[in-house]
Amino acid sequence: MRQENISSSLDWVSIGLYAAMVLLGWLNIYAVGYDEAVGQSIFTLSLNSGRQLMFIGASFFIILGIVILDVRFYDAIAYLLYGLLMVMLILVPVIGKEVGGNKAWLGIGSFGVQPSEFAKVATALVVAKYIGSVGFRMDNLRNQAVLFALIGVPMVLILLQKDTGTALVFTSFMIVFFREGMSPFLIIVGFCAAALFILTLLVPNPWYLHTGIVFLLVVLIVMGKKKFKRIALLTIGAILIMGVVESVDYVITDVLKPHQQNRIKALINPDADPLGYGWNVTQSKIAIGSGGFGGKGFLQGTQTKFDFVPEQSTDFIFCTIGEEEGWIGSLLVIALFVALLLRIIYLAERQKNRFARVYAYGAASIFFFHFAVNIGMTIGLFPVIGIPLPFFSYGGSSLWGFTILLFILLKIDAHRGQMLQRI
Amino acid sequence: MNEGRREILQLIIVVTGIIFLVKLFFIQVVDSRYRQMADSNAILRQTEYPVRGLITDRNGKLIVYNTPEFKLEVLLKDVRDFDSAKFCRVFRMSREELRATFRAMKARKEFSPYKPTLFLDQLSNEDFARVQDYMDEFSGFYVLARTTRSYSTPALANALGYVSEISKKQLDEDPSGIYKQGDYVGQSGIEAYYEEQLRGTRGVRFKLRNVKGIIQGSVESGKYDTLSTPGQDLVTGIDLDLQQYGEFLMKGKSGSIVAIEPATGEILALVSGPSYDPNLLTGRKYSSNFRMISLDSNKPLFNRPLMAQYRPGSVFKIAQAMTALQEGVITPETRIRCDRTIINCHGAHTNEDLRGAIANSCNPYFHGVLRRMLNKGKSNDPYEDTRMGLAEWNKHITSFGFGQPLGIDLPNEKGGLIPSPAYYDVAYRNRPWKFSNIYSIAIGEGENLVVPIQMANFAATVANKGFYYTPHIVKAIGKDGLPLSQYRERHYTTIDSAYFKVAADAMQQVVESGTGQYRARLADVIVCGKTGTVENNPPLFDHSVFIAFAPRQNPRIAVSVYVEDAGQGARAAASIASLMIEKYLFGATRRPYIEQYVLAGNFEDVKKQ
Repeated sequence: MRQENISSSLDWVSIGLYAAMVLLGWLNIYAVGYDEAVGQSIFTLSLNSGRQLMFIGASFFIILGIVILDVRFYDAIAYLLYGLLMVMLILVPVIGKEVGGNKAWLGIGSFGVQPSEFAKVATALVVAKYIGSVGFRMDNLRNQAVLFALIGVPMVLILLQKDTGTALVFTSFMIVFFREGMSPFLIIVGFCAAALFILTLLVPNPWYLHTGIVFLLVVLIVMGKKKFKRIALLTIGAILIMGVVESVDYVITDVLKPHQQNRIKALINPDADPLGYGWNVTQSKIAIGSGGFGGKGFLQGTQTKFDFVPEQSTDFIFCTIGEEEGWIGSLLVIALFVALLLRIIYLAERQKNRFARVYAYGAASIFFFHFAVNIGMTIGLFPVIGIPLPFFSYGGSSLWGFTILLFILLKIDAHRGQMLQRI
Repeated sequence: MNEGRREILQLIIVVTGIIFLVKLFFIQVVDSRYRQMADSNAILRQTEYPVRGLITDRNGKLIVYNTPEFKLEVLLKDVRDFDSAKFCRVFRMSREELRATFRAMKARKEFSPYKPTLFLDQLSNEDFARVQDYMDEFSGFYVLARTTRSYSTPALANALGYVSEISKKQLDEDPSGIYKQGDYVGQSGIEAYYEEQLRGTRGVRFKLRNVKGIIQGSVESGKYDTLSTPGQDLVTGIDLDLQQYGEFLMKGKSGSIVAIEPATGEILALVSGPSYDPNLLTGRKYSSNFRMISLDSNKPLFNRPLMAQYRPGSVFKIAQAMTALQEGVITPETRIRCDRTIINCHGAHTNEDLRGAIANSCNPYFHGVLRRMLNKGKSNDPYEDTRMGLAEWNKHITSFGFGQPLGIDLPNEKGGLIPSPAYYDVAYRNRPWKFSNIYSIAIGEGENLVVPIQMANFAATVANKGFYYTPHIVKAIGKDGLPLSQYRERHYTTIDSAYFKVAADAMQQVVESGTGQYRARLADVIVCGKTGTVENNPPLFDHSVFIAFAPRQNPRIAVSVYVEDAGQGARAAASIASLMIEKYLFGATRRPYIEQYVLAGNFEDVKKQ
């Protein structure tokens, strides 16, 4: 029964969703570059849409390669591939070329790739391999440390390329760890810290926050059992939190770069400086907001034709969808993403071995992070972090990275019967 | 153990989607503000161009300044109720011209109805004054003010360079992202080299517009506007009077004059003949004029002082002499017979010492000197011996700044050539070579190549008795009042300063009693100089070369003069060099007959055979 009919065992629902997204992305990339007066066709190679079509064509061959290779290959090369990509990430700052202020490209002549896009796939594989290995226990501290190191190394290397957005993507593996049994405590602490961080920025005078914390402390002490140990612990906790509040100001002004500070400030109050650091978010919202319910129609957008929002065809591609296709179009795109994510989780849960399941969750986490952060930033729910919208944004490396991520999963899924023995 | 976690994740995904859709519903459907903002495009971003830095000469005379210019841009999608008759009246154009302008604009590659596009270029001050009251009535049209470069003098064109709109290629290759289409950028000369200092930073103004696209005023009374900051002014070391005099003398000739202040390395004059008027390369006629100038067979855009590479000729004998003294193969008293069998000579002399040999420019003497330098007998193998000698020779000669670009603050400087053993290995394709193959470098012929600025720098080095500051045009940038740091450090040669006295003695003798005595000698001041006559292809005359510095004590000026196709160095070049020195030291020449002689330009009576 081996290999008897690979095409029938592939998950065609996912493939359909994938194809729909890539097609819509391509059309929107065309819409961004479209100029009524010139009227070039979608296939014109000097336009981004023409080049994107080439990238899509190349993806087809990548998919073919992934499907043809033996399924055990992906399990076997996880560590090797991960090591190789880490080396490439180290090389990038040394021999890479700079594009748009970020030195994230390895180039051969005019052809360049971003190793960071492929590092996501490698990390998903290596995390799956490690969690799937014999004797792994999520409650073992050593095992946890190794896991954090596995996602920490690419994060740090990518941070060195000053590509904060892509580095942050690796935090999405927390979702995988959560699913595989890590205590939610860590994640909750992380969320609380982030919430506190933003709260500190929102509230101009830290003494309001301190008062609030003291009030909360008193309430907790009065309400609960009046044991000395508990009261002591709560007090220490409160003092720590107040310390964090005080340090946020320092972090904001001294650790974050000015453009990063501005992005956070723009998120909190974009109207404070709509022409300065709030410009991107304001213009992005104007473009999306002007689309209305039904949109202005394909190629009829005016806002996106201006150079108002930079990275129009890459990170801010959702503006075009919002403007030209309106709320209905946005609904379709969001529905496609939600459907794909739920489908991947469904696939994940039907895997019979841990490696496959963890990999599937890894893929889901990465897609989810990109989806949530990218659309979140264009509509002003999230700071502007330059990461692409999977399958929609213009660019070869990101399209290929996401394609590989998805199709390795589909390949593994197609062979789930064979991998039974290695639970 | 992980029950329920799958469901939590599914829930998070669905909730995220719903949050997005709700938020989108609010900004797209419920809130009409965004639609209005988009429809009226309420805010217009206008660029305020910075004023480029001014360039003055060493005495504060203005050389390059800015004049205002206005251009009319149109954002076609904002044009409503266009009254073409009125437009034609206000802008004084015919209906056909208007139509042609629209057609031309739409035919341009970068044209888009969604971007402000250039409509009329280079409106003058008067045009602007006339039309500005009417601008409210033409929605979609905007007047932008910016400045263009003007030059107070036609002199110094090649050193100043020119400014023009940034090209597509430059824009693509610009790593900084500072430039935008339509920006002016320095394309050559000082304008290019000091682009960063001169350009300043752009400002932005935000204007509110109503539904008709007509500007209503600033956004929040200009709170968000940023002012443009002007570029830094540059003070050059150029003495404009001297520069203009040099160009006057070079009229009708090909060649160059370089004058340097030895104590600082500041360039006093940089004359390239033939030249062009820099005002031709500003404003509306830029393209056609540039074409005309670049196609001129006299190559006025070829900046000879930096780019023309000549064989150094006899001037090189000074450097040879000092190198030989340093190596200890001769003393100032060493006499070598003027044996004219291998290499020819001129003038009546038979057995000179070093000073006499320089004063009479004796070729066999320096043939002998080079033989002693290259064949010191350190190796029994004559090939290996020459090789070692040449390496040492090369080290000394290049320490004068020959053989590589000096690093002056202008683009496209050439480096000349000083042969090294490796060079001859390639030239002889690894066949062996020895002194008898390469001796013509002894008298500054052969493979040696130098650039006029290097020769002036050499004269300055001798004047300074052994060091030089890299020659530079700009002596002060902005408020600092300092040149770039690389122009503030001394470069020492490998020659002891005592030997420079011998060289200066010899150069003084050249002017007082040697080849330079007829045209380079000045009353009241001791001039040190050296003639050179560089072989040229017959039937053209040789190139006439002269380097000099003066006064002997506390030198204030060092010059090199190259006049192509003008014969002996003692004639054209020596005359021009001495006139430049006179002009600089005394303000005017006291020898009108020499000036007449130079202007007449008839240096050789008979064409060479």
